[in-house]
Amino acid sequence: MTIINDQDKAILRELQGDLPLEPRPFASVAARVGVSEEYLMQRINAMMDEGIIRRFAAILRHQKAGYTVNAMVAWKVEPEQVDRIGMKFAACEQVSHCYLREVPSDFDKNLFTMVHCRSEEELNLLVLNMSELLGLEDYSIISSEHEYKKTSMKYF
Amino acid sequence: MASLTSLDKALLNMMQSNFPLNMYPYKTMADKLGVTEEGIIARLEALKTAGIIRRVGAVLDARRLGFYSTLCAAKVAVDRIDEVAEIINSYDGVTHNYRRAHEYNLWFTLTAPSQGASRIIIDELIHKTGVNIVSMPALKTYKIKVALEMEGDDHNK
Repeated sequence: MTIINDQDKAILRELQGDLPLEPRPFASVAARVGVSEEYLMQRINAMMDEGIIRRFAAILRHQKAGYTVNAMVAWKVEPEQVDRIGMKFAACEQVSHCYLREVPSDFDKNLFTMVHCRSEEELNLLVLNMSELLGLEDYSIISSEHEYKKTSMKYF
Repeated sequence: MASLTSLDKALLNMMQSNFPLNMYPYKTMADKLGVTEEGIIARLEALKTAGIIRRVGAVLDARRLGFYSTLCAAKVAVDRIDEVAEIINSYDGVTHNYRRAHEYNLWFTLTAPSQGASRIIIDELIHKTGVNIVSMPALKTYKIKVALEMEGDDHNK
């Protein structure tokens, strides 16, 4: 964990919002924080190098960007197989997230993937392929039925 | 909004992976894509209005900041699920919350300043909703990728 000083917190507070759509957007951000534009750019790049900022990018709404079908797929994987399978999943283009999770005893599928496809058929086929290629028979496709909330975390 | 143009797709691909971190980011992208800066800004305005772009900004690493994140799930009676979801949504640390097709039918992510703080919130939620909530923290991360390749991108191959 990294200790963040108040000035960096003020910078991050601005950057976790939406960057202004104007020719010099970082100049406005710098003015609000009370630092120079050059210094702001320096701090952004430094915090990216340190991994505090994971990425600086446009965050899309997947459904509206054409990835209409998203599902969480949870797989039961033996502990000694988890790293090998996890890395296989990670290499798959349609898999956006892959985590090994601590799960309760009534939910015995420990490896979680988020899968994004353009159709239900594509999704089912992909999951079937993953299952067959990796020899994983025990899995659940846990599709979303309703979005109650989707926002970005405000840390500061 | 009508379907994405090839310029939109090239722009979205660029902005998801290589957002220029310099004083004139829109000009930089415009030059790469062979259009004007005003043109880029106008397209981005349209893509935001259409809801395709949620925001442009920094994605922070919760763990590096000392924060604790977990995925929570609950089995909720169907006639109570909207009400329970609303109580859960009222917490700022809850960033995603979905009804899903499973016995565990409500799934949400919780980010808190520490593991202890997340436990307190979960206990509070259990108390307020009367529903048991289980926490499934990640033990290992194999992938966090958020850039989605836009098809038919002729600009940026």
